[in-house]
Amino acid sequence: MDAELLTRFRYDDYDLKPLGDVTQRTNSAQKGEIEISFASELRYLDIIQVVSDSITRMLNFDDDTRYWVGMSVRESVTNAILHGNKMDEGKRVWVRFDLSPDRLVIYVRDQGAGFDESKLPNPLDPRNLLRPSGRGIFYIRTFMDDVRYSVLAEGGMEVRMEKRLNNKLKSDQEGEANAN
Amino acid sequence: MRIDTRTTDGITVLDIHGRITIGEGSVEMRNKLRELLQAGKKDILLNLGDVSYVDSSGIGELVSCYTTVTNQGGRLKLLHLTKKVQELLAITKLLTVFESYEDEKKAIGSFK
Repeated sequence: MDAELLTRFRYDDYDLKPLGDVTQRTNSAQKGEIEISFASELRYLDIIQVVSDSITRMLNFDDDTRYWVGMSVRESVTNAILHGNKMDEGKRVWVRFDLSPDRLVIYVRDQGAGFDESKLPNPLDPRNLLRPSGRGIFYIRTFMDDVRYSVLAEGGMEVRMEKRLNNKLKSDQEGEANAN
Repeated sequence: MRIDTRTTDGITVLDIHGRITIGEGSVEMRNKLRELLQAGKKDILLNLGDVSYVDSSGIGELVSCYTTVTNQGGRLKLLHLTKKVQELLAITKLLTVFESYEDEKKAIGSFK
């Protein structure tokens, strides 16, 4: 079904406005959760990326960070559709964004059998450099602050990706220090 | 994705427009390369200046293009990498594999 994109917003006291300056953001107690679920079709990737971009914009991430977080989400959802659910349109993918004052945590869950991350080939190994695939998870690990994969007891695989806001603060401070 | 083909000083330049992502562009690029290699055109410059987005599959596609051409005794080089594509290639050590140029004349000249 074309319109089978379910979006569920659950807000505590989250305010749909830019969070303002750093001090305000760090001290505020706002938090929220946004969850989307959809059938395993690659055409939904753009929708998820737009949602990710909107959220990171709302959190005042800088342009580069927004781009790389968006790409990490896109790569994770691609993996869930392609490798997890094996393109089975009867299986679903869930993406959840947990917004809190100091971090954005993104969960992507599929209904697949899961995999052992430690067995994935290292894309930087000279023997693997010219492989046409196998870089997605490496990129995600590069762009996000913390990435964990887990096989769920109820079935399916979930990746938890975290981007901390204080890292951005740190880089802002470094940028300011360099500018002085 | 759209591919425009032109020839400059005997070198085939492919101007790629749009996205190189999962499910988008890979067939077009493979068909175009196959067509060029069959016609004996083995020196190819990929102009990525108008590429708006590349994901890990797109990077894999560039690698596939590279191996396809070099396996046929040809040369494939890159032109006008966007900052983001450059970062993606650098992170996965592929800048050491691809020869890339900012200036088209220099890129064309490098095939001589």
